[in-house]
Amino acid sequence: MGVSSKLGNMGVVTTTVEQAVNWARTGAMWPLLFGLACCAIEYMSSQASSYDLSRFGMELNRATPRQADLLIVSGRLTRKMAPVVRQLYDQMAEPKWVISMGDCASCGGVYNNYAIVQGVDEIIPVDVYIAGCPPRPEQLLHGILTLHEKVRSERIADWA
Amino acid sequence: MAVATPPQSIEEQRSWEGNLDQLRGLVSERAITGETMLLNMGPHHPSTHGVLRLLLELDGEQIVSCLPDVGFLHTGIEKSVEDKSYEKALPLTDRMDYLSPMSNNMAYAAAVEKLLDLDVPERGQIIRVVCLELARCASHLVWLGTHAIDMGAMSVLLYAFRERERILGMFEMLSGQRMMSSYIRPGGVWRDVPDDFLPTLKQFLIDFPGKVDDYEALLTQNPIWKDRAQGVGVIEPDVALAYGLTGPALRGSGVNWDLRKAQPYSGYETYDFNVPLGEHGDVYDRYLIRIQEFRESMKILNQAVERLERVTGPYRSENRKYCPPLRSELGQSMEAVIHHFKLWTYGYDAPDEEIYNAIESPRGEIGCYIHGTGGNKPRRVHFKTPSFIHISALPVMAKGYLLADMVAIIGSVDIVLGDCDR
Amino acid sequence: MEIPAARDPVAAVREAFGEALLHVKEFRGETTLVLEAERTPEALDFLRVSPGLVYNMLSDVSAVDYYPNDYGERFDGGALGFRPERFGVSYHVLSMLYNRRLRLKTFAAEEDPRLPTATVVWPAANWLEREIADLMGIVFEGHPDPRRLLMPEDWHGHPHRRDYPLGKETVAFSFNEAEIRKHKPFATN
Repeated sequence: MGVSSKLGNMGVVTTTVEQAVNWARTGAMWPLLFGLACCAIEYMSSQASSYDLSRFGMELNRATPRQADLLIVSGRLTRKMAPVVRQLYDQMAEPKWVISMGDCASCGGVYNNYAIVQGVDEIIPVDVYIAGCPPRPEQLLHGILTLHEKVRSERIADWA
Repeated sequence: MAVATPPQSIEEQRSWEGNLDQLRGLVSERAITGETMLLNMGPHHPSTHGVLRLLLELDGEQIVSCLPDVGFLHTGIEKSVEDKSYEKALPLTDRMDYLSPMSNNMAYAAAVEKLLDLDVPERGQIIRVVCLELARCASHLVWLGTHAIDMGAMSVLLYAFRERERILGMFEMLSGQRMMSSYIRPGGVWRDVPDDFLPTLKQFLIDFPGKVDDYEALLTQNPIWKDRAQGVGVIEPDVALAYGLTGPALRGSGVNWDLRKAQPYSGYETYDFNVPLGEHGDVYDRYLIRIQEFRESMKILNQAVERLERVTGPYRSENRKYCPPLRSELGQSMEAVIHHFKLWTYGYDAPDEEIYNAIESPRGEIGCYIHGTGGNKPRRVHFKTPSFIHISALPVMAKGYLLADMVAIIGSVDIVLGDCDR
Repeated sequence: MEIPAARDPVAAVREAFGEALLHVKEFRGETTLVLEAERTPEALDFLRVSPGLVYNMLSDVSAVDYYPNDYGERFDGGALGFRPERFGVSYHVLSMLYNRRLRLKTFAAEEDPRLPTATVVWPAANWLEREIADLMGIVFEGHPDPRRLLMPEDWHGHPHRRDYPLGKETVAFSFNEAEIRKHKPFATN
């Protein structure tokens, strides 16, 4: 597989717009440099030497939401923080995706109490949920690859 | 202060400016008139180490005053603990200071032991010391990496996390979890160390001192690092004491206070180690202290490994009212089954009294105040956490320095917002 | 410099404050002194500066709520303890010189709980008291910054009181998941 076999001698690649765009989107999906709690440390671990997230084109964290494609909600989301996260999400440019990393972000986790939002999907739409408290870096990588699969299967008709 | 969307109209703009009234007395009058600038830093900022929000009053680039705003990670752990029996509350404490969960476990477990008057056998104490010192190294490694990245040295993080993965691997061997181990329990530890743990730890102890030298080679004499760290964020010893700073932040000012030496717990009095002290109380001294603490931790770990090979016996208390029986006993003893059932359903009663117990975490004194009810759930559990105190002292440290130094100061006191807000 | 000999904190406080020292308790080697609320900041200052005591660090300020009925007349200082009012606030001070700790406790009434602030003596008490004011609802009079600390500004109630609900949501299992999902406020774009 690969471009070279398709190229032949003609210097021409044929593909569909859908595939080309989706390929580009998965190839350099820049996450927002944003951490909430414990999961953010595992997120840092997966960016560091042993797990090396840059293998998937994600080594570049953008500190501003306007340049980011992916919001990884890493950790427990409190009622005080919720408006901030929603604002960050609103500031991100389309297309944008959200990964809810860890139990606390996905459903409140062990903290079923007054201070914690019981699932980040109450305030922003989520594409991929990752279980674990905190999830291992491998689990995060799996979640990201699952998201890539989802992006690759997006249809041009749905973009509009 | 609530986080507001930017004003959309003149009226909204006016009412937003009106909010400055509640800052009267906290920022200088010049900020109210608009002479100095109020700058919002965080809660989403890469170098506030989490979700800290700082309201900075700037005169040019100079910080006139600083108002930290915390609570963006207030998890209600203290309230949740009141709803659980003493043993079941332990996993919640892991997630306070998520860089060194073992220290939180230890603070809570030691407080419960004090409330119950429960003793820990020697082997249990040695395993605890191993865990606590490994946790100290792991926590300082994250601090080193993030502090360096904040100050512009990007590569240190990659080296620091490489070694941290090895420590987390050892925690996983012990407890089955990389970070949130819940391994230190009231009465001892969850289980004995597995067979392959000691060889792994020994190999780590051989490798790690060389790695610390590498970190030092990258930073200690680096002129850029020294320029940014020396003479920045100075806090005098008497001011540090008045604000209640503990740990490396206090020792950086030259105050010799380490709970491992002063009020030893878990057998720390029998280990031979030094307490590194600073002189100037600046960012650089606090950096040097933590680097030396790596080496002191290695000393303690080497002694602990030697003891771990020598000392056998139980790793948690034999008092079956408070500690579950071994799994091997369950098949043979009816008594053990009853104890096991009672412990995992009801728990145990603790007296209707209050106690305060403190240990030395990587960040400083982490204290646990427990008030029992006489039943199986506490009436009140309060954690005095070092990050909370250190953030409250940030305005003192930051005053008069430049905005760019703020990042260095935040990094140097090693705050964890989960630890602060709980 | 010669270090003065350590003094017994109980005797010293009793001598200096007399009737204001309401109760003394020992438990697991920890000494608790219960003082009248108005005299607490003064006592903290006394403990801080007096030779032979020198409690030079404030470790912790913590509050406890004796709701619903673990206070009042039944608790008059006997085996049940001494708890005249609903809220107890403990100042834990530490003497580095003599390496010992002391707990100074004071009580606040259920109706309109008010205590004098210790911020004048201890800058460290600033945030610790703000936290208590926020989560336990005890007003510290004369506090320089009485805003809420941990909860949002517009939050109602004080979560760490015993009569404040924990705020549990029903946990979803397979048998009730559909019902819960129907009511959960999921976000959309």
